Amino acid sequence: MEAVPSFFETHSPSRYKGVWSWLLTMDHKRIGIMYLFSILFWFLLAVLLGGMIRLELMFIGQTFMSAEVYNSVFTLHGVIMIFLFIIPALPAIFGNFFLPIQIGTDDVFFPKLNLLSWYLYMAGGLIAIVSLFSEGFPDTGWTFYVPFSISTRTNVSTAVFAAFVLGMASMLTGLNFITTIHRMRHRDMGWMQIPLFTWSLYATSWVQLLATPVVSITLLLVIIERYFNVGLFDPAKGGDPILYQHLFWMYSHPAVYIMILPGMGVISEIIPVFARKSIFGYKAIVASSMAIAIAGSLVWAHHMYTSGMSDTAVFVFSLLTFVVAIPSAIKVFSWVSTLYKGSILMTPPLFLALCFIYLFSVGGLTGLVLGAAGTDIHVHDTHFVVSHFHFTMFGGTGFAFFAALHYWWPKMFGRMYDFKKAYIGAILLTGGFMFHYVPMFILGLQGMPRRYFDYLPQYEKGNFFAGFGAAFMIIGVFLMIINLWLSLKNQRDVSSDPWGGTTLEWQTPSPPALYNFITEPVVPDYPYDFSGVVERYSKDDKGE
Amino acid sequence: MASHPDESGKKLGMWLFLYTEIILFGGLFVLYAVYFSRYFGDFKESGKTLNRLIGLMNTVILLFSSFAVAAAVTAIQKKEKKIALTGLATATLCGLIFLVNKYFEWGHKIEAGIYPNSEKLVSGPHGQNMFFGLYYVITGLHGVHIIIGMTLLIISLVFVLEGKVTSERFALLENSGLYWHLVDLIWIFIFPLFYLII
Repeated sequence: MEAVPSFFETHSPSRYKGVWSWLLTMDHKRIGIMYLFSILFWFLLAVLLGGMIRLELMFIGQTFMSAEVYNSVFTLHGVIMIFLFIIPALPAIFGNFFLPIQIGTDDVFFPKLNLLSWYLYMAGGLIAIVSLFSEGFPDTGWTFYVPFSISTRTNVSTAVFAAFVLGMASMLTGLNFITTIHRMRHRDMGWMQIPLFTWSLYATSWVQLLATPVVSITLLLVIIERYFNVGLFDPAKGGDPILYQHLFWMYSHPAVYIMILPGMGVISEIIPVFARKSIFGYKAIVASSMAIAIAGSLVWAHHMYTSGMSDTAVFVFSLLTFVVAIPSAIKVFSWVSTLYKGSILMTPPLFLALCFIYLFSVGGLTGLVLGAAGTDIHVHDTHFVVSHFHFTMFGGTGFAFFAALHYWWPKMFGRMYDFKKAYIGAILLTGGFMFHYVPMFILGLQGMPRRYFDYLPQYEKGNFFAGFGAAFMIIGVFLMIINLWLSLKNQRDVSSDPWGGTTLEWQTPSPPALYNFITEPVVPDYPYDFSGVVERYSKDDKGE
Repeated sequence: MASHPDESGKKLGMWLFLYTEIILFGGLFVLYAVYFSRYFGDFKESGKTLNRLIGLMNTVILLFSSFAVAAAVTAIQKKEKKIALTGLATATLCGLIFLVNKYFEWGHKIEAGIYPNSEKLVSGPHGQNMFFGLYYVITGLHGVHIIIGMTLLIISLVFVLEGKVTSERFALLENSGLYWHLVDLIWIFIFPLFYLII
């Protein structure tokens, strides 16, 4: 059975060889791997940019870059991390690779569209690079707020256009996934037998379709304003700049759920596998994914409490924000309950998943501080906000990304990595993370604003600690990536199911064959039934 | 690669895409709604200066073209290749006439000094500037969609001609048709919003 060549050795379509067998491939797994490398490139670049921000802020006054460069660096850090890393990372890499396998089919519904999405992603990245080397770096921050984004002389149009193209790529991926899940599920798989990662991608895809066009039109309007000066957001001409913020956040708030939902899906896969125990509340997790997708689309204006809104609007949006916290909390409870009385097998993916639960909970709870209008006014646009969303986005999605990478790496490449180095990397990352972001909460409460180049002397100690933590984080990230990279040189092959997983991807060889399954997959009645796995492992223990 | 003769799946994908297009215009309609309620008087005045006759003509032209596309889709299913080709050609022609009308309409307004950031608009009442700002942005974007739609219709026409679209495999034609109906539908909303404010 293991003799079947993997998708690395089989070209699809078969008429292309060498590099063309990648660039013109329609195999969802190859596209997933191409995404993996392009996204990793952007991620590491943006990590270094983030490190530069912290290094500059470590000491009072100018440390090693001018204020203008600083503005561009934090803009780039934000734009790259949001549009080129967090939004596409989990759906485009792991969704592409594993969604069709998890539902027992051979590819996504529109393979050509899938490849087109990858090219759009690459084009978006290229346009972003071009924007750097013409007319100066964009310096607006990733939100492109008017009126500054329209009046600044740096090259905002190109950067905005890049975001527009990337939005299109993410929208088409979402469209593809929804169609695939509806039309291509294995005939034995009902809706309540779909693995939770796929469920979370389903919810994400709907948000992508629902929200992305709004930001597309908003970004187009920024470009139109820059070239034609229509004045739709210019008060001097009758426009209203607040409307821009509404349109922008109508997408960009749901977008944070595009970022976190797949991450939650990954954790829902990893926890039961290493607890050897059925996931607690499968239906509740599915329902809460959809609830987040719906409620998350109705809370955008909580980014704008200080922008000028009626008290009624503030009240409504604050209330809705609290409502979104409920489904997120349901998930956290389900994960913790799954671990309770499980037979826990500690591995790097589980370790990262546990860190995720902790960091994400902190991020979620501090989110309530910001969701409540009263406290938000105090900490709005301070380092508190920066720390909060890094806890959810990096501590949440970022850690889920690393967990997924360590969980599915053996399946994708057929190689196992060194556990010890993975643990050290993860511990450095998590420790550095706490050192980095906890001082920022305190700085924020004390009133240090975000995006400022310089600060008052009383903030120096906190900023110094944060920079110190950043260094550890960067070392941890690079150690983990290098460790994974080194594993490719291993000759040791991995069995089809190294972890003892029950979802369908563990029925394929590692790495999978061209059409994924060698024999017809057997769809279990319930995707998280570990009785067979427990039996198999206890037999192995007695046998040895 | 396993082939998918799953026509309804392809249609599902297209419907999802059409939905995103509606949201795209939805963002602009939100802007319209806000400024309409803020500058109702100016919007009413400005709306009267648009040529209702041309607007009505364009509406009728698009409705007719939608009929032609629908006829083409039905015809191909009944293996009436000639009727399908005629329908597609008619619809494309209608799109072209629509654009020509639009060109004269825009040209007329620009000649009168009404275009984005023009002296007349900037110094005039705010509501007027917003009205014409939105007018140019929304009809402009709609015009771009007409061009995309025409391109799709022409591609379908070529495929029907070459026999790649047949009574068994007509998803491309049907989806192009759906797109054309959407473009038409959006115009049905644009027309009263700009031309028929009373």
